[in-house]
Amino acid sequence: MATKSLKARKSALSNTEKQLDVLSNSIFKAGVLPTFKQKLHAHQIEEIKPNVLQVLQINMGYMCNQVCAHCHVDAGPDRKEMMSRQTLQQCLTVMQTEKIETVDLTGGAPEMHPDFRWFIQEIRTQTSVQEIIVRSNLTILLANKKYYDLPDFFAEHRVHIVSSLPFYKRNKTDRQRGSGVFDTSIKALQKLNATGYGKPDSSLILDLVYNPSGAFLPGDQKALEEDFKKALLNDFGIEFNQLFALANLPISRFLDYLIASENFEEYMTALVEAFNPVAAKNVMCTNTLSVSWEGYLFDCDFNQMLDLKVDTAHPHISQFNSQLLQKRKIQISQHCYGCTAGAGSSCQGSIA
Amino acid sequence: MKKEYYNPEDLKKFGEISKWNKELGDRFFEYYNKVFEEGALTAREKSLIALAVAHVVQCPYCIDAYTKDGLQRGIENEEMMEAVHVGAAIKGGAVLVHGVQMMNRHDQLSM
Repeated sequence: MATKSLKARKSALSNTEKQLDVLSNSIFKAGVLPTFKQKLHAHQIEEIKPNVLQVLQINMGYMCNQVCAHCHVDAGPDRKEMMSRQTLQQCLTVMQTEKIETVDLTGGAPEMHPDFRWFIQEIRTQTSVQEIIVRSNLTILLANKKYYDLPDFFAEHRVHIVSSLPFYKRNKTDRQRGSGVFDTSIKALQKLNATGYGKPDSSLILDLVYNPSGAFLPGDQKALEEDFKKALLNDFGIEFNQLFALANLPISRFLDYLIASENFEEYMTALVEAFNPVAAKNVMCTNTLSVSWEGYLFDCDFNQMLDLKVDTAHPHISQFNSQLLQKRKIQISQHCYGCTAGAGSSCQGSIA
Repeated sequence: MKKEYYNPEDLKKFGEISKWNKELGDRFFEYYNKVFEEGALTAREKSLIALAVAHVVQCPYCIDAYTKDGLQRGIENEEMMEAVHVGAAIKGGAVLVHGVQMMNRHDQLSM
């Protein structure tokens, strides 16, 4: 398993134009598979339009303590990109002026940002945002003493934790996320449970994210949730609220894996064949905006990683214009099939 | 003429068998889908049975389909291999149990 990001390895796929080229040409150009736009058209969906903005997803930076094989962010310890205090402040201003219900903090490992705690405190004291989500990789909570008290901090600020755990067994988890990740993740989950997270009578929410460890789509979310709950409780005494089953999108390191393992065409075919028009109408880009560490706005975190900025004259958070954003056309490419396959996929799990 | 009897692409065309006999094809797929619904057995258990049978009937299309189905359901490789061994045990047993027929016939014909 690689220990460096594609960027550090100087891989051609660390270039977003190269990724878009692979997604736009290959089997789609040859007409073997319909492009996402053609597929929407065939289902009488001319374009995906934004609804009311509810979620501001903020990518605080690409630094992470893990180098997961499937990471669409290409995050890792060698990534130094971090959101500035000025940009964080601009995000807070938008939270104050717009009716943002949920702020979703992601990365990298957002906990590694030096202003992480300050930012959460500011959101709680300076804005009326109802829900703060932190996407935690779990191992960061035990990576260094300075993070040990984070579960208490999260509880104090009523943070909703969404944590990645690819499987309830060691081998699949470690293959995807690195050796030793499973054992540390289990300890972190037990610590979160001890703080009250994920317990049946608690208001502290702990959700888990499952994504397949390979070139296949996730199965039924409810059935997987039952398996996870049973196994984690029986084997480790761990409880959690919901399981979100997410499909891996063909971007960055997962795209690199698909090509290297000669699974690209088969995976894209599976995504196209599983296209669900109901999911296409509920994709997360209809109620979410993603902010990059530099403050640029994107329709989703995946578009951010492909550098497909929102299609407006003012794509930066410092020039946030809700009226223009509401009228924008959502940027699409073939990776969007990842959100519309089967029961659909979003940062909140299935959507259809 | 193609040099292989089996082509992975043909699995995707399975539904096309209805083109030459719509009624029987449609009835088969309706039955097929009903069989795999959650029932007294879970869909997960049925997937493992299908995988074992796929090996016994040595259908490469079915092995492809039900390996992928198992992965999607979170079925582990140890479970898949145990299912294959169940199939192998039954198939091996089916061969060997005929040994009794052979012994009976042998004894009947021998002095």
